[in-house]
Amino acid sequence: MSGFLAGLLVAVLPLLAAGFWLGRRTARPSSLAGLGTPVEHATFETLHTASLATPPLRAGLTEETARKAARKLRSLLGTDALCLTDRERVLVWDGVGSHHREEVMARLAGPLDTGRGEAFPLTCDTPDCTVRWAVVAPLTVDDRVHGTLVACAPRESAVLVRAAGEVARWVSVQLELADLDQSRTRLIEAEIRALRAQISPHFIFNSLAVIASFVRTDPERARELLLEFADFTRYSFRRHGDFTTLADELHAIDHYLALVRARFGDRLSVTLQIAPEVLPVALPFLCLQPLVENAVKHGLEGKADKCHIQLTAQDAGAEALVVIEDDGAGMDPEVLRRILAREPGPSGGIGLSNVDDRLRQVYGDDYGLVIETAVGAGMKVTVRLPKYQPGVHSAGRLGG
Amino acid sequence: MNSSYAVPAVALVVLATVLVGAFGLRISRTTSDFYVASRTVGPRLNAAAISGEYLSAASFLGIAGLVLVQGPDMLWYPVGYTAGYLVLLLFVAAPLRRSGAYTLPDFAEARLASQTVRRMAGVLVVGVGWLYLLPQLQGAGLTLTVLTGTPDWLGGVIVAVVVTVIVAAGGMRSITFVQAFQYWLKFTALLVPAFFLVLAWQGDGAPTHAFDEPASFREQRAVRVHDSLDLRLDKPLTVTVDGTVDGTAHDGAELVLPAGTHHIEGGTRLTFAEGTEVPAAGRGGDDAVSPSRAESREERPLYATYGLILATFFGTMGLPHVVVRFYTSPHGVAARRTTVAVLGLIGAFYLLPPVYGALGRLYAPELTLTGNADAAVLLLPDRMIGGVGGDLLGALVAGGAFAAFLSTASGLTMAVAGVLTQDMLPSRGVRHFRLGTVLAMAVPVTLTFLLGGLPVADAVGLAFAVSASSFCPLLVLGIWWRRLTPPGAAAGMLVGGGSAFLAVAATMTGYPGEGPWHALLAWPALWSVPLGFLTMILVSLATPGRVPPGTAAVLARFHLPEETRTEVSP
Repeated sequence: MSGFLAGLLVAVLPLLAAGFWLGRRTARPSSLAGLGTPVEHATFETLHTASLATPPLRAGLTEETARKAARKLRSLLGTDALCLTDRERVLVWDGVGSHHREEVMARLAGPLDTGRGEAFPLTCDTPDCTVRWAVVAPLTVDDRVHGTLVACAPRESAVLVRAAGEVARWVSVQLELADLDQSRTRLIEAEIRALRAQISPHFIFNSLAVIASFVRTDPERARELLLEFADFTRYSFRRHGDFTTLADELHAIDHYLALVRARFGDRLSVTLQIAPEVLPVALPFLCLQPLVENAVKHGLEGKADKCHIQLTAQDAGAEALVVIEDDGAGMDPEVLRRILAREPGPSGGIGLSNVDDRLRQVYGDDYGLVIETAVGAGMKVTVRLPKYQPGVHSAGRLGG
Repeated sequence: MNSSYAVPAVALVVLATVLVGAFGLRISRTTSDFYVASRTVGPRLNAAAISGEYLSAASFLGIAGLVLVQGPDMLWYPVGYTAGYLVLLLFVAAPLRRSGAYTLPDFAEARLASQTVRRMAGVLVVGVGWLYLLPQLQGAGLTLTVLTGTPDWLGGVIVAVVVTVIVAAGGMRSITFVQAFQYWLKFTALLVPAFFLVLAWQGDGAPTHAFDEPASFREQRAVRVHDSLDLRLDKPLTVTVDGTVDGTAHDGAELVLPAGTHHIEGGTRLTFAEGTEVPAAGRGGDDAVSPSRAESREERPLYATYGLILATFFGTMGLPHVVVRFYTSPHGVAARRTTVAVLGLIGAFYLLPPVYGALGRLYAPELTLTGNADAAVLLLPDRMIGGVGGDLLGALVAGGAFAAFLSTASGLTMAVAGVLTQDMLPSRGVRHFRLGTVLAMAVPVTLTFLLGGLPVADAVGLAFAVSASSFCPLLVLGIWWRRLTPPGAAAGMLVGGGSAFLAVAATMTGYPGEGPWHALLAWPALWSVPLGFLTMILVSLATPGRVPPGTAAVLARFHLPEETRTEVSP
């Protein structure tokens, strides 16, 4: 008997799981039907349909996104056919009467030019064709007409003209948001480039000064340091790809630390503890080096004696955990909060907030920097890096 | 058997695993040792780790038991378990690594850019993981029962608790080293006793025994029957009975049982004289699981063998704990080299269990009667060598067996918990990973209580069948066919994996009874793998508009060696 029960359980469990998942995905406010008046119910229904059409449009107006959004928009308007166009062609025709594509496209020159809506009758040879009338509403972003929404109906209707206008305006807002998303991405990209170009002029100046000081006394050392410097700058000025591997980033940090230690000598000691499993993890280019630079700066700031920096990289299931810790001056958490929030105030720390922004941009808000600090208590920065993230691929090949 | 050495050995393995898992190998380096600290995992180390994680209870105990009971036909199991890596090497290893995917759901998303396919792959990973965890826990229970006579659920619970604690406490810190160590431990634990056993066998005059004749007792032997069973006799059998046979109680009486079927109650002690042939046993009542599979194998040996070959050849690439280890390789070429090394290591290991199986047929033939054939590896040192030496070797084998349960179970639990946390539970975070770990282990533990004695190698075979019918089409077509679409992949995984899963569930309940249907359901791979491929191809061809944009770029990344993509410097 127990065998049968167990088999039943084995068979039923995945079914239950699948059912739960399907149920969650398809849960609609219509299940609230009993909870409100018919008017409220209709409002819910409309809002829900509108919200379902939103996600595809947030990616901009393309054939793919138009196809996904068109059906929802048509049920929002309740017409027989709905068509989305850009400036040149029909992106999608949802519903009946798609043989009117060319005719509609030919009539769009006016609305596309003026940005004003229009309604016109359709000529049709097919006797049982139900679409006889088309309402055109332009989709505008920043006063530029990007495309049109065309709703087709059997007869002229003032309500449809009004409704199509409203829906087109709503779609336009989504497209504006898509535009905003794009410009935000461009801004971050520009910032990444800016950070790259910025790679501390101070550091370059100091390194060259240190190397110069060794040229007479220890030429061999000077030559080694110059090579380290060359390796580090080659890495930080490279142009291809936005992502690198943890191994490459750690090598760059090693070159960086070699130069810094030449300058500070015994005052700076560094311990590394790295799990080899996480070395292939891909991560945004130069997102750990600024943290180490920060630790060096804080560790030696206002302290005459020694400073210790510890860098650990651990394997944590589907993530890698990188911790950078120094025993330096620390920082008032409130000041740190303002730096990360980019509020005007203390200068410096641009590295920290930039790394934080980039991590959030790439991996989502769950993956920002976690910083533990207090005045005089050192600073501990924790970075979590998912081992896999869509779109994150290291460009280079791992060394060693 | 004497447990005074075996129990400390098992305790030592468990303790070492807990300590290493909890504290890790804390090796700190100063920057001058940077190149040592940041050396990536080499192919050989990674291969030992993959082998350590892969060689489970099924390999350590199950194969010897199967060879003992069923004879050399069962050598297809080790062959299949090894050859799976050949298929992996040829079609999947390097492109999978270059895809950057850590888990199978990651691969589905990287290739098809679809959340739905990702979720489905996640559900299947969890299903396969649970099916695979089940025999590990049962094997642990069996080992502890044989060693100390504890109830058979205890070993499974111990392994489950240890693994859950290690994984939930933050995973194994230096998992590659631990798993590589476990491989060498398992290999040693089989190799050293095998060496002494073969010596003992030669000292015994190297008796041989053809596999097609029935096994016979080499000395007078008392056998205690734990669960009721049916004896099927071709000719009369003389046996001393202390217990209940055919409903009549006997007290040490010598009986001559006529040819036919006889029902033996649980708890009965049977004493066979020297030279008696070991009678064939059918398990009565509920645990009809294994013998019914075995019967269908006897009825249709060719079909069953091909079913087994297909499942093991194509199932390896979809095992969740194997896939995640490829991420550790620094690049595609290293992934390939790793796979070659794995072939060598696993091939060497699988030479040993058949030795135990063959020796077991000579020296412990009553195991075919009691249904505890999986215990052959554990019992042989005591039986053949005896004394302190036998006890020590037995302790070594027992420690190795526990290493097998712990390493495979922790790898599987990590993989299943990772998928549960990422794709099933509401939001991400450390606490959810702990919840996922508990869930990943709770389900198979519950199932072991419900299912009872499913022979370990058989149960693993079922996990392979599900993996081969769902993930093999996804990986092979995903890597080699540019017209694969998300609906096609979803349909193929659902039809292939789903049908194999239902067949497995039906077999576990003993639903179809006998006949051709039973063979079809007990060995599903032969029809479910082609079904999965066919569905995936046909549905993909029917939805040509849904080929994800950027497929060409994704496939180029999968197939181009890493060197060729770099350095487009200004």
